[in-house]
Amino acid sequence: MSETSPVLRLTGISKRFGAVQALTDVDVALFANEVHALVGENGAGKSTLVKILAGIHQPDAGRIQLSGEDLVLSGPAAARDLGIAVIHQHPNLFPDLTVAENVFVGRLPRNGVRGVDWGELNRTAQRLFENLGVKQSVSVPVRGLSVADQQLVEIAKSLSLDARVLVMDEPTASLSSHEVERLFTIIRQLRGRGVAILFVDHRMEEVFEIADRVSVLRDGRHVITAPINELNPAEAIRHMVGRRLETLFPKEQATIGEIALEVRGLTRRGVFSNASFQVRRGEILGLAGLVGAGRTEIARVLFGIDRADAGEVLVAGKHAEIKSPKDAMRLGIVYVPEDRHAQGLVLDFSIAANVSLPIVERLSRLLVVDRVQERQIATDYSKQLQVRSTGVEQVASGLSGGNQQKVVLAKWLATKPTVLLLDEPTQGVDIGAKAEVHRIISQLAGQGMAIVLISSELLEVLGMADRIVVLHEGRVAAEFARDDATQERVMAAATGHVEA
Amino acid sequence: MSLLALQLFRRWETLLVVLLIAFIVLGSTLSPFFLSGSNFSDLTGNLMEKAIMALPLALIIIAGEIDLSIESVLGLSSALLGFTYALGWPLWLDIPLVLVVGAMGGLLNGLLVTRAGLPSLVVTLGTLALYRGLASVVLGPRSVGGWPEWFTNFGFGDVPGTLIPWPLVVFAVLAFAFLFVLHRTWIGRQIYAIGKNKEAARYSGIDVAKVKTYLFILSGVLAALAGVILTARFSSARADNGQGFVLDVVTSVLLGGVNIFGGEGTIVGVVLAIFVIGVLRNGLTLADVSPDTQSVAVGALLILSVAGPTLVRRITAARPRRQLTSPVSNS
Repeated sequence: MSETSPVLRLTGISKRFGAVQALTDVDVALFANEVHALVGENGAGKSTLVKILAGIHQPDAGRIQLSGEDLVLSGPAAARDLGIAVIHQHPNLFPDLTVAENVFVGRLPRNGVRGVDWGELNRTAQRLFENLGVKQSVSVPVRGLSVADQQLVEIAKSLSLDARVLVMDEPTASLSSHEVERLFTIIRQLRGRGVAILFVDHRMEEVFEIADRVSVLRDGRHVITAPINELNPAEAIRHMVGRRLETLFPKEQATIGEIALEVRGLTRRGVFSNASFQVRRGEILGLAGLVGAGRTEIARVLFGIDRADAGEVLVAGKHAEIKSPKDAMRLGIVYVPEDRHAQGLVLDFSIAANVSLPIVERLSRLLVVDRVQERQIATDYSKQLQVRSTGVEQVASGLSGGNQQKVVLAKWLATKPTVLLLDEPTQGVDIGAKAEVHRIISQLAGQGMAIVLISSELLEVLGMADRIVVLHEGRVAAEFARDDATQERVMAAATGHVEA
Repeated sequence: MSLLALQLFRRWETLLVVLLIAFIVLGSTLSPFFLSGSNFSDLTGNLMEKAIMALPLALIIIAGEIDLSIESVLGLSSALLGFTYALGWPLWLDIPLVLVVGAMGGLLNGLLVTRAGLPSLVVTLGTLALYRGLASVVLGPRSVGGWPEWFTNFGFGDVPGTLIPWPLVVFAVLAFAFLFVLHRTWIGRQIYAIGKNKEAARYSGIDVAKVKTYLFILSGVLAALAGVILTARFSSARADNGQGFVLDVVTSVLLGGVNIFGGEGTIVGVVLAIFVIGVLRNGLTLADVSPDTQSVAVGALLILSVAGPTLVRRITAARPRRQLTSPVSNS
C-alpha cells in the first residue's frame, strides 16, 4: 500500500436529484497500482458517483482532483480526454462496427488523404488485445460478442486512450464465474501497469478477492475506507447496512390468519413455470430473486394484466378466475406496480383524481362523480399515509418520489383490498420516505392484509417478510421462514446455487 | 385582477372567443348581409352535420385515438337511407336502420383498433375509403329525392317563430350531453385517464379497450345521424354526401384545444372552434371565395390549432414546472 499522493481524489462530493439526496459529502481517493472497491446497497449512491466520474452528472458541491489538480468533468468526452475511462454495466458499443473500429471509434488511423488505414487499425487493435493476453478477432462485428467480451473491448479502448483511472460499474453482474476469473486476471495486470482502478460491486467474495482497499457508501454518505486486510466481509456488510436492519424494517407483530391467496402450479410459458405459494392474512410474503426471475410477471398474472397458461389461483380458499385488473380488484387483489410513472399514476391528475381512479365509478351517483366524497377519501388516506402536499388538489407530477408512491398506495387502499401485491415499493424513494413506506406496509399487515412484497433489495425482503419465496429463472428455487433466511442463503438460491 | 386577466388569457377558450369575434367583425365588413338573421340561420344550418361529428371525435382524440372514417359513415348512411326509402320502406324504419349500420361501422373501427391492436389512424383511413366505397355500391351514382315534407323541414327548417334551425337544436342537446359526460361523470374521468396514461388507466382497472370501442361506436352512430340530417337538408340522398367534411371536423376539434396526443381538451373549446370555422367559411363564401380556396384558410387553421395550444401549454407549464424543482418535502 503506497502512501504516495492519490491519482484521483474526490472531496466533499454532493449530488441531489429533485427530492433525493443521492450523495452527501463523499470523499474517495484512488491510488495508482491499486484496486479500490466501492461497495454499498442498491441506492447507496454508487452509480451516481460513477456517473460523476464519467462526466454524465456534475456534482452540486465538492472537488475532483487529478494528480493534485482541480478539474471539472463537464461531459463524457472531458472525462475520457483526462484519462478517466468508465466501463458501465452494459457496454456502450456500436453493434455493427467491428471490434477494432469500436476501440478506435472517432480516432481511426488515417491513410494519406484516401481514408482509413484498415491494416494499421487492425494491427494496433490486435496488439492491444495481445497485451491483455486475450485472443480476440478484431475484425468481427461487436454484435454477437458476449457481454464479457464486450467489456474487454471497452477495456482495450481505455488502454488505447492511456487511461490512468479505470472505473468499472458492477462489471461482473452478468458474467459467468469463468469469465469473472479472466476479468480479474486482466484487472490485476492493469493494476501492475499503474492504473488506478475503481471497482464498484456488492458481491463480497469478489471484492475481497480483487480489491486492495474498500470504501463503503450508505445512503449517499461515505461510511469507511479501509485496506482490505483490516476488514472482513461481515464487517463490510455491517457498514453497508448500518443499524438500519432494525430501524428501517419495523415489521410489527401481526396475527397470522387464514390463507388469503394461494397459487398452485401457476405457469406462463417462457416466463415462469409451476409457481406455488400461499400468503395468509397479516403475513408479508417476500418474493426474492434476480431481475428477470419472474416475480413481476407472476404479480401481473395475479392482477389480471397477463393470463396464465396453467395453474390455479385461489382467493380465500375459492377458485378464482382473474381475467382483468377489474376481476382482481373485485377479489380484493391490488397491485402497486414497479414503474410508478408509467403504470402507477396519471401524473397530470391531482392527488384526489389519482386516488379515486379505480373506484371512480363507485363514487358516482347518476354517473356524476361525487367530488366531495372524492376529496374526503383522498384527504383521509393522504393523512393516514402522511402524504406531504399542498392539498389533494395538487398535481401528482409535482410530488417527490416517496410521496408519489404513497399516493399509489392510497389509491389502492381506497379500494379496501385483502391482498396487496407490492412491486419494488421503495425503488427510487429517498431514505426517509422509505422508512415510512416500510412502516405503512407493516401496519397494513397488522390490520390483517395479506402482502406479497417483491423487492430486489435483499435486506428489505429479509427485514420485512415473514416468509421468503426465492425465484430463479421462473421457478421457485427455495422457501425460507423468517428465522432461517440469511442474505447468503437467499442469494445462493436466487443465483441458482443449490445450498451446500 | 391582472392575475385573473392573465389566467383568462392563458385559457385557450378565451383565445377562441377573441378569434370568433374577430371573424364576425371581419365578416360584417366583407358583406352587409353577414349579420342578417337569415345568414345566421344559414351559417349554423350548414355547420351542424360537422358539429355533431366533432363531439364524439373530441372524445376519441382525448382518449388518444382518431376517427377519420366519419365522413364516409355519413355518406354510407345517406346512401342507405336513400336506398331503403326508394324501396318504399317507411322512414321510421329506415332511420333507426342507418343508425344501427353507423354503429356497426364504428364497432368495426373499434375492434380493429382495440382487439387487433392496429393504429386508429391507419384503420380509419382504410374505412374512410371502404365505407365510401360501400356507399357507392349501395346507391350507385344516382340521388334519391321525394322526401316527405316533415323530413326535409327537419333538415333546413327553423323552429317555428325563431331563426333557430332544427339541426342546431339537435346539436345543442348533444353538446350539453357531451359537456356533462366529459366533465362531470366517471366516464369522462376515465377518458382523460386513458388519454393521459393508457398504462396507468389499465393498471387502475379501467377497461381501456371497452371504453375506446364504445367511443368508436358512438362516433359511428352520430356520423350516421349527421348523414340523416344532411340528406334531409339537401332533400337528396347521395353516396358522395359529406365528402371532404373530415378536414373541417378534425380542424374544429384540434382548434378547440384538444391535444392531438390525447389527454386534454374541453367541449366548450370544441363548440367555439366549430363556430370559428363556420363563420370563417361563411364569411369567405359571402366574399365569393370558392369552397376549394377556403380550404387554404381551414388548412392553415388546422396547423395553427396544433401549434397554438402547444405554445399556450408552454406558457402555462412554466408555473407548475417551477413547483417541480422544489417539491413539497420540507418537513
